Amino acid sequence: MVTDHKQIGEALLQVNNVSLSFGAVQALSDVSFEVREHEILAIIGPNGAGKSSMLNVINGFYTANEGSIVYKGISRAKMEPADVARNGVSRTFQNIALFRGMTTLDNIMTGRNTKMHRNFIWQAIYIGPARNEELEHRRKAEEIIDFLEIQAIRKTPVGRLPYGLQKRVELGRALAAEPELLLLDEPMAGMNTEEKEDMCRFILDVNEEFGTTIALIEHDMGVVMDISDRVVVLDYGRKIADGSPDEVRGNQSVIDAYLGVSRE
Amino acid sequence: MDFLYSVTADPVLQIVEDPVFFLQIILEGLMAGVMYSLVALGFCLIYKASGVFNFAQGVMMVLAVMCMVTVYDAGFGILLALLVAMVFMVGLSFAIERVVLRPMVNQPQIILFMATIGLAFFLEGFGEFIFGGSSQKIVPTEALHIGRDALLIPMFGSEIRLQQLDLTAGVCAALLVATLALFFQKTTVGRALRAVADDHQAALSVGIPLRSMWVIVWSVAGLVALVTGIMWGASSSVDFSLVLIAMKAFPVLILGGFTSVPGVIVGGLIIGVGEKVAELYWGDALGGSIEEWFAYVLALVFLMFRPQGLFGEKIIERV
Repeated sequence: MVTDHKQIGEALLQVNNVSLSFGAVQALSDVSFEVREHEILAIIGPNGAGKSSMLNVINGFYTANEGSIVYKGISRAKMEPADVARNGVSRTFQNIALFRGMTTLDNIMTGRNTKMHRNFIWQAIYIGPARNEELEHRRKAEEIIDFLEIQAIRKTPVGRLPYGLQKRVELGRALAAEPELLLLDEPMAGMNTEEKEDMCRFILDVNEEFGTTIALIEHDMGVVMDISDRVVVLDYGRKIADGSPDEVRGNQSVIDAYLGVSRE
Repeated sequence: MDFLYSVTADPVLQIVEDPVFFLQIILEGLMAGVMYSLVALGFCLIYKASGVFNFAQGVMMVLAVMCMVTVYDAGFGILLALLVAMVFMVGLSFAIERVVLRPMVNQPQIILFMATIGLAFFLEGFGEFIFGGSSQKIVPTEALHIGRDALLIPMFGSEIRLQQLDLTAGVCAALLVATLALFFQKTTVGRALRAVADDHQAALSVGIPLRSMWVIVWSVAGLVALVTGIMWGASSSVDFSLVLIAMKAFPVLILGGFTSVPGVIVGGLIIGVGEKVAELYWGDALGGSIEEWFAYVLALVFLMFRPQGLFGEKIIERV
């Protein structure tokens, strides 16, 4: 276990009684949980349980019909995704959402966007201070490329990369923003064992070295039980369990949800 | 049999008999093609960045050049006139983002497209209201240093005529494309714009503000519209019938691919050359006026066999 020496702090993000519906479909009902500083929280649940919707509410793509999100002590009902990103929340997507026509380096540089301070006019003209700033960001991007061991593909358009590497580049883009909270939507989906091991290692390294708080969705139970400090289980848009991996593993309603026991 | 001869052997014979004339036709076609490419460029930029097919691009072109000419005619210098037109187009972009695009965020593309049709009609009325609809205006070519003469280039005992205006248009287009390429590839804003073009959601998730990007890209398209408007206006006169020229951009876009700047250039050149050659060598056999429909038929053929265009992204459906 990696949790021994880690200082898990106060709640960084609180989800309070969030409900979300699309027309007649209730995606989330009255879900509450918290993500604590420096921890790795896994959100699991069967397909259609509302996991991705939950991440989308947190990063502002969806606005909850009811309830609130409290991030760093500040409550918000509605917030633009770009503003959420500026407040230190980065994410990856279930279906890779990279900028396919751009190189690995450029993709990671876009991740630096929230850290760029010169205004647009300066950047457009690209002289003096704006240029220096660009160089500084470039150095940061290279650090991330080294960290993720993707030096060899830094000039390759990401559309041409194999799936596993694309996932890694996407993680790199999220890391480039130096996030406080990193949301990973199925970071290991569709990977082979070796790729999964690499990805696990990177996630743990990010958590330990940078102290980044991570909330991730994952289907591979082996991985979830291995790397997470806490697990939240969703089923049909409701939270049915919340606790350490061991607690959740023994929870009867979780077993029922996964094995499909009839709900009386 | 006569017909067969006139569509197959006869054009080839004509080309072989007078190759210099053929070269002249090709050159004229290329020059016309550059003008088509310029129009299509504005569409392409906006489509890339926001997925919106901007039906109002043609009207924006006319508005830009009208603004410029009106200021010049009022007795101000040409530089001031250009500057005012640029500011006008940037202001227009802010207004369009605020009034049209922002309330339509996350709507399906077709809704945005319909909105731009509305915008086109509104802008045409608005433009006629401000700049006057009836009177035709002339682009001050002398003040802009655009020559009106033809250059004669001797070749193989004959000579080739080139309009200075066409040459200017070609140089302008080349400069414009080079500047845009630098802007998109080398600057932070350019990178953000490419990111927005690739994936809206991902762009938002890294904190790229979609609204500012839209204003920027519409402004750039507005400036391209100004250059295009000046070129087209100089070759005839400036009035709202110029809007119809924008129709020629559709086949260019279908040929080149909606999302590709090089595609737009190549597409424009192919159509320009194609219709001139078709008109002159096949015109008589096929009943003339080929120039009117050639581009559209070519676009139809492309839609059947290569719907993504020459340089467009291949459409792959996940099943």
